[in-house]
Amino acid sequence: MLLRSLGEPSVGRATHTPHQRPGRRPTWLTTLLGFVAAFVAILAVNGTAVAQNGDETVGGTMRAKDESGENVFVEGVEFSVVDVDGNEVGTATTDADGVWLVELPGPGVYSVLLDTETLQGFELRNPDKNPLTGVEVQPSTNKNTLFPLGERVLEESNSIRAVQLFVDGIKLGMIIAMCAIGLSLIYGTTGLTNFAHGEMVTFGAMTAYVFHVTWQLDFLGTWMTSLAFGAIMAVLFAGIAGGLFNRFVWKPLRNRGASLISALVVSIGLSIFFRYVFLYQFGGRAGFYRDYRIGQQVEFFGLFTMLRKDIFIVVFSALVLVGIGTALSRTRVGKAMRAVSDNRDLAESSGIDVEQVIRYVWIVGSALAGLGGVLFGLTENINWEMGFRLLLLMFAGVTLGGLGTAYGALLGSIIAGVFIQMSTLVIPGDMKNVGALMALIIILLVRPQGLLGRAERIG
Amino acid sequence: MDWGSIIESLFRGLIGESFIVFALAAIGLNLHFGYTGLLNFGQAVFMAAGAYGLAMMVATIGPAANRNFGWDLSESTLFWLGIFVGVVVFPVVFALIMGIPTLRLRADYLAIVTIAVAEIFRIVVRSPTPSIKKWTNSSDGLTGFSGTFYDMSPFSTQDRYLFNLFTGNQMFLVIVGWGVLAIGATICWLLVRSPWGRVLKAIREDEDAARSLGKNAYSYKMQALILGGVFGAVGGMIRAIGFSVAQPDNFITDVTFFVWVALILGGAGKVLAPIVGASLVYGLLNFSDTFLREGVAAEVIPESIMTGTQVGQVRFMLMGLGLALLAAFRPQGIFGNKEEMALDDR
Amino acid sequence: MTGNDFDDELKDVLIPDAGPHAGPATHSSDMSVITSDKIAGVDPQAARAALADVPWEPGAKKPDPILVADNVVRRFGGLTAVDADHVEIQRGVITALIGPNGAGKTTFFNLLTNFDAPDEGTRVFDGHNIDKVPAHKIANYGMVRTFQLTKALSKMTVIENMKLGATGQKGESLWRSVLPFMWKNQEREIEARADALLDRFKLSHMRDEFAGTMSGGQRKLLEMARALMVEPSMVMLDEPMAGVNPALTQSLLGHVTGLRDAGMTVLFVEHDMDMVQEISDWVIVMAEGRIIAEGPPASIGQNQAVVDAYLGTHHHAALDLEAEL
Repeated sequence: MLLRSLGEPSVGRATHTPHQRPGRRPTWLTTLLGFVAAFVAILAVNGTAVAQNGDETVGGTMRAKDESGENVFVEGVEFSVVDVDGNEVGTATTDADGVWLVELPGPGVYSVLLDTETLQGFELRNPDKNPLTGVEVQPSTNKNTLFPLGERVLEESNSIRAVQLFVDGIKLGMIIAMCAIGLSLIYGTTGLTNFAHGEMVTFGAMTAYVFHVTWQLDFLGTWMTSLAFGAIMAVLFAGIAGGLFNRFVWKPLRNRGASLISALVVSIGLSIFFRYVFLYQFGGRAGFYRDYRIGQQVEFFGLFTMLRKDIFIVVFSALVLVGIGTALSRTRVGKAMRAVSDNRDLAESSGIDVEQVIRYVWIVGSALAGLGGVLFGLTENINWEMGFRLLLLMFAGVTLGGLGTAYGALLGSIIAGVFIQMSTLVIPGDMKNVGALMALIIILLVRPQGLLGRAERIG
Repeated sequence: MDWGSIIESLFRGLIGESFIVFALAAIGLNLHFGYTGLLNFGQAVFMAAGAYGLAMMVATIGPAANRNFGWDLSESTLFWLGIFVGVVVFPVVFALIMGIPTLRLRADYLAIVTIAVAEIFRIVVRSPTPSIKKWTNSSDGLTGFSGTFYDMSPFSTQDRYLFNLFTGNQMFLVIVGWGVLAIGATICWLLVRSPWGRVLKAIREDEDAARSLGKNAYSYKMQALILGGVFGAVGGMIRAIGFSVAQPDNFITDVTFFVWVALILGGAGKVLAPIVGASLVYGLLNFSDTFLREGVAAEVIPESIMTGTQVGQVRFMLMGLGLALLAAFRPQGIFGNKEEMALDDR
Repeated sequence: MTGNDFDDELKDVLIPDAGPHAGPATHSSDMSVITSDKIAGVDPQAARAALADVPWEPGAKKPDPILVADNVVRRFGGLTAVDADHVEIQRGVITALIGPNGAGKTTFFNLLTNFDAPDEGTRVFDGHNIDKVPAHKIANYGMVRTFQLTKALSKMTVIENMKLGATGQKGESLWRSVLPFMWKNQEREIEARADALLDRFKLSHMRDEFAGTMSGGQRKLLEMARALMVEPSMVMLDEPMAGVNPALTQSLLGHVTGLRDAGMTVLFVEHDMDMVQEISDWVIVMAEGRIIAEGPPASIGQNQAVVDAYLGTHHHAALDLEAEL
């Protein structure tokens, strides 16, 4: 029988009820005007959209293995797209990255024909699937088509595949971990389950995209157009945004004594708001960090392969996570964060300035989320929903590891990542997230406080 | 700007099929959150349970059973069976899956699990894997189950009714829907005024107090979860019948959020409030949607700021912002009173 | 102040006044309001008298125990919060559970009421083993508890709070709730009982107010009155005097003795020594998770183990200091 804590604390102490000076605008109106102003400002910065008009497209990437078994992109392959009535709606030729794209007049069913004369000597694996008919395009989406070239590569044995998936899982897990640390610490120090944390991830990815792809400023030198610079900007902006949120949204709510449930619903509202702002600005299609769309495979001991960029991601994430872990256990601020997260009242009575710690948690946690977003965008793609999809995986990882502990978030996320990828050994690939989510539910049945959490905190 | 169509869509929003669907879902969510304090962020899944329960029974499970067991169940038999499955069986199953792991824990966990279940549902139902697709038909959805319903309609499909707002079939659906809504609201009213409702209110405020007086808090919470889910399922079923299709995209997480806004706007914890809330939300939504589209079409709003497709996105933005502001500044909504304010606990 | 003076002052607090153990006047003699089948056979005078033969030792067996706890252990992480070998609570009397801060009283209290599960040990209430019984079922057996932070449900009216306390209201079942005719009569009876109790506790004028508008002391009374709606045989009070203003104290004490006089068993946890002295028939002392003493209130003040537990090292340090000076 779990003893519920008597008198669940609200997010902060209600020190006073807000009283208005006569003639002062009511708080809700100020907030609303603030959001309207922000919205208008966003509209003004309109150039970040990937594609706002002509939202329905069909396309693909032509890649093959050359004689030495290397992955190459096939340039110059010609495609034509025909609608249900047989009218041609567009043609395209693959570029140096093997990418082709045709804008469509609207959603519907189309046929795609590949001109085999332009195949540069490669063979279609399924010649009877050319033209590809019955290609259904939903509103505002890009339909990706597949025209595989060359022989099918022999299936690796399951054990080799297992190793590959394990490695992929570690990579995914690290990215989840990086984003989840902030989520877990915010919960630990303020009690808030922040459903808008996913949007911070998306924000980071998109900020880097804006700097690296859309704007490509170079008034200080070409290094400004690099992804590294974009990433730095992403971390910076995300950290600042986190600090601003704490200052203007969460701290006032805490001071008014708003209940944790109110705060949770507010965070859900903000999550929806920002997700659709992202959709509005970025469009529905996936973006890529320019030069890193696809990369070179590197083989390891014949057991598994990794793309160059993924190797970088794993190593870089490991360094960052180790750095964060060390900072949490060695530095004063880090120890304070863990103390407040573990037992707020005890920490306060030991003389720790809890509000300052909370501020740091928001800034650092959001910055990490932003960085995680850049890495996630690098390894997959950038889209308006990426953070939200990741949020659920973050919850799985954090619940598994223990809500409220930083190390728990780390451990749980990595385990979750590995679990997700390796589950594809037994379930279809499109359902791999289901595995992690089901694991989340099962954990709650068996050990609700997670691996490293404390039983008293969960009710 | 075609003001006629703007007013018309406003009206349809206020009293039409979509309003009924959301009103039912909001009544269900009111039972969850307004009366019991359950943070259910998966009401869309319960709605889908109703829709798919009916659709699968008639379109996939029924015919498969007919084939495999040699039965000859007619479409209308399957229809009524489907209603039972959709309104009773599926919601109970989902409520158990969501509730058993979480109802003994903090409220937040139910929130997380309900969102997780919604995502699982979305992924599984939309999966193109053949073994699943043959039951759910993936993202295309299921059709061919609403015939029995419309066969019962006394209205002619050729005419339009109620100031030309509704076709014959729509009119039938709206009338039946209003009937169901009235029955549902009455049941809800009876429930909350009863001793059962009293226990629920106590549990919402303080489970330990209720337990010390001999009430099995866990059991009551589960009952509330199931019951609220049933209301949602009925709403979802009406939605599916209205569109004559059961499609996963009609039950995405944003639908859940719409229902939350309707609930909080009306005022969690009052019987009629969610109905008013749903009406306002849908009326506003429709109004703003048509208004903005007309604006874009008539070029009052320049293309560079907003295209036709982006109008839908603005709706969601407003929804999210509205929810956040309401929760922060007026959690008791229009009709709630501060003393009973559901959100500002402790 | 020398160590000895401090010692004397403490003994003043712990040793009762001389004189018969009269206690404050009990309230209206209308016992029917709180009498029920469960306590019909209990004779409070006899129960108290039977205590005279009980040895003043921790774990002493009682002639008619209503609650027995055996080898109950509760650990939190590496810390053992409670380790009680054997405790028996006599039926029909008022027992106080006292001890210095951190002694484990509250934890033990929660273990006895099954709001927490022990790591080891058994508890038997009124002949029923309650180890695997969930907290809410305990009320059906006849044990009810109050809380240190009063849990008067502030968003419900006083009368609704009271009606909530009734057990066995058929309308609390989901199916019957939508058919008012099935529970309306019962509701009327319950309401009558509730009004009678409110009258006894002098809360009738607040009947239709939200409990949230009541003062702290009134809420305490409400919680007690509500607990009586359960028709319990044993009432467990968690620091009933906490936060109560002195003016209300006598009234509250009167209600508690009234319960005992009607045949109920009362166990309360308290820091307020005056209350312990004034109304308890038996005292159990805990320190560092263990039971260190038992006996009538008069005996406790002289018990060296108890004095040591309360004064701890201060006592010895003060003596050492005195020796050095």
